[in-house]
Amino acid sequence: MSNAQIEIQLIAILVAIACALPGTFLVLRKMALITDAISHSILPGIVVGFFITQDLSSPLLIFLAALTGVLTVVLVEFIQKTGLVKEDTAIGLVFPALFSIGVIMIAKNANDVHLDIDAVLLGELAFAPFDRFIYNDLDLGPKSLWVIGIILLVTITLLITFFKELKLSTFDAGLAAALGLSPVVLHYGLMTVASITTVGAFDAVGAILVIALMIAPAATAYLLTNDLKKMLLLAATFGVVCALSGYWIAHWLDISISGAMTTTLGILFLLVYLFAKNKGLFSVLYRQKRQRLEVSLLTFLLHLQNHKDDATERHVKHLNEHINWQKVQSKSVLRLALQNNMIQINNDIISLTEKGEHFAEEAINYIMTNKNAEIENMKNRFFLFRG
Amino acid sequence: MDLLEYIELVFTDYTLRTITMGTAVLGAICGMLGSFAVLRKQSLLGDAISHAALPGIAIAFLIIETKSNSIFLLGALISGLVGTFWIRGITRKTHLKSDTALGLILSLFFGFGMLLLTYIQKIPNAHQAGLANYLFGQAATLMEADVWLMTVVTGISLIVLLLFWKELKLLLFDSDYTKTLGFNVQFLDILITSFIVIAIVLGLQTVGVVLMSAMLLAPAAAARQWTNSLGIMVILAAIIGASSGIVGTAISASQNNLSTGPVIVLVAATFVLFSFIFSPKRGLLFREIRFRKNRNDLELHKTLSFMYNIAKTHKNISHPHAIKILNNFQGFSKRSLKELADKDYIQLKRNTWSMTEAGFNTASNLYDQLTNQNQ
Repeated sequence: MSNAQIEIQLIAILVAIACALPGTFLVLRKMALITDAISHSILPGIVVGFFITQDLSSPLLIFLAALTGVLTVVLVEFIQKTGLVKEDTAIGLVFPALFSIGVIMIAKNANDVHLDIDAVLLGELAFAPFDRFIYNDLDLGPKSLWVIGIILLVTITLLITFFKELKLSTFDAGLAAALGLSPVVLHYGLMTVASITTVGAFDAVGAILVIALMIAPAATAYLLTNDLKKMLLLAATFGVVCALSGYWIAHWLDISISGAMTTTLGILFLLVYLFAKNKGLFSVLYRQKRQRLEVSLLTFLLHLQNHKDDATERHVKHLNEHINWQKVQSKSVLRLALQNNMIQINNDIISLTEKGEHFAEEAINYIMTNKNAEIENMKNRFFLFRG
Repeated sequence: MDLLEYIELVFTDYTLRTITMGTAVLGAICGMLGSFAVLRKQSLLGDAISHAALPGIAIAFLIIETKSNSIFLLGALISGLVGTFWIRGITRKTHLKSDTALGLILSLFFGFGMLLLTYIQKIPNAHQAGLANYLFGQAATLMEADVWLMTVVTGISLIVLLLFWKELKLLLFDSDYTKTLGFNVQFLDILITSFIVIAIVLGLQTVGVVLMSAMLLAPAAAARQWTNSLGIMVILAAIIGASSGIVGTAISASQNNLSTGPVIVLVAATFVLFSFIFSPKRGLLFREIRFRKNRNDLELHKTLSFMYNIAKTHKNISHPHAIKILNNFQGFSKRSLKELADKDYIQLKRNTWSMTEAGFNTASNLYDQLTNQNQ
């Protein structure tokens, strides 16, 4: 590995962590799309800043761009408060307008500005090591490393200092306000951090991929844990892992680094989305299927109990007509009931066993007293086999 | 170039005519379908879908290895639909909220698309130039065939909208009721979402991936301010969309270095701003005027009832009182006194006021209404 490669990876890691931390809170606060708005609408701020400073990593430019980001949030909230349109429409109106202004400013001054649209969308991590921070002839490393490093340091300091407040206001805004924590200050504080991080990361990964780095690791982590600290750690880890693997994939296939980073994030999210324990798609589908079967079983047992004296109602062949089930479903319900010793079948007539009767009685008790949640516990006591 | 000259040019110049027609038709279909997106609170779905369409275009290019707009549109359509259904999957099957799902699909698909684009740039293939135009759109690449395609799709979507008008309207405003009436809500939902995806995909070539969502939202958001009727809103949105297209094309054609997409978006945004401020019923300006008027009326009534309380203690209600005795009451000013006098509720003479018969009656009714309400 050359020196430049190490520096690029270092920048990628820092960007990933700096994005994942505020991203986690944005996802939890249901404000993920505000990153979309910010990352687009900082463009005019960056262009104006660039006209003034001619340097993409100058503090003034970052300040101006972050200001535009916060301005976007204020504008969106103002439009939303007028009640003329809903919040999502307000977001959708503000950022394309600001972004268009930025694009037009770049296009009109194409000759004087060394800033092209592709770089805006994609960023150019590969060139980051060439723009170096030199002080008194001393080479102190790439400028963007310093920029994102400082941003990350500030973010982490703020996070540790205000962790309790952030946590409280994220999960119970009402309680936080009642305890005297100003929701406005926290909200705009978070928005400012998100804006500054977006601007800092913008240089490296571009406008749209910042969104991926903010949302994807946090969303992936959210599928795996309900603990805020774990979620922050997991999100940061996912960000770092994807940043590094993305870099090497890009290196290997000779493609855009940020594109590869996003794609690995996408693959990681897809895997977790499909296979996560408890919250993944497959486990949700499995649980839903089991639930459906068990509810059917309960209905079936109650039906049997209702018709203790009427043998025709309990004939195997009549199941389909009487409870209006498909053939396959009736079969699996019957099998489950037999496995659990709830029923016995004599000459094709089904009757409840003692255990089955006990189960049905208890269940109907819970249903009538509106304690449906108890049925779940009851299943654990009675079932040898789950659906 | 003055306006007449330009209008003449639109009719004579092939390229300009095609572009103007194209952007107008695009604006119309986006306005029409965008109305549904805005009312269904799916505004940002357009943003996500338009970004999600990018990998479809790139994959279509990788497969056919040449430039063909219709195949690209097909690719964009497929990947847009995949994105849409994945969003639905995420919000339905996990506890992630719709904003997270939208942001995820938007950025992940777009990132993957960018990866493919940079990969394509590495392939030695002469046809790849112009693929990047899909990012910001390049109206100049519109052909007459593209405009025809747009017109046909607009026609089809119009027919479908009219066929399912009452069902879609019902779904929009009360989906539970629609379900209980026995309509297939899922089918209707997929129908309208698919048409929104189609409209977005059609616009990619002209306005581009990044700004397409504004095309969808802005005309509808502007139209919403002028009416409460769905039919009028859809028509208005179509007109506003088409006008933004035409005006935007004109502005960008009259200047150098102005890409059409961003200009159209800014024109549409201007329409929205105008509607927000000047719409008579909902607009901010008239709302502020109404607020002021209400506040003044209230102050006036307060003054009047205060005067009434003084006047009713006298036998002769028109007995003159000094204006000074109103001093410990906050609500009055010279202007409001004059206004009361203009309405013939009181008479002003130098430093005194006296209540008229009309004023006394109005004031006593004011009081009655209040007590009636309290009971």
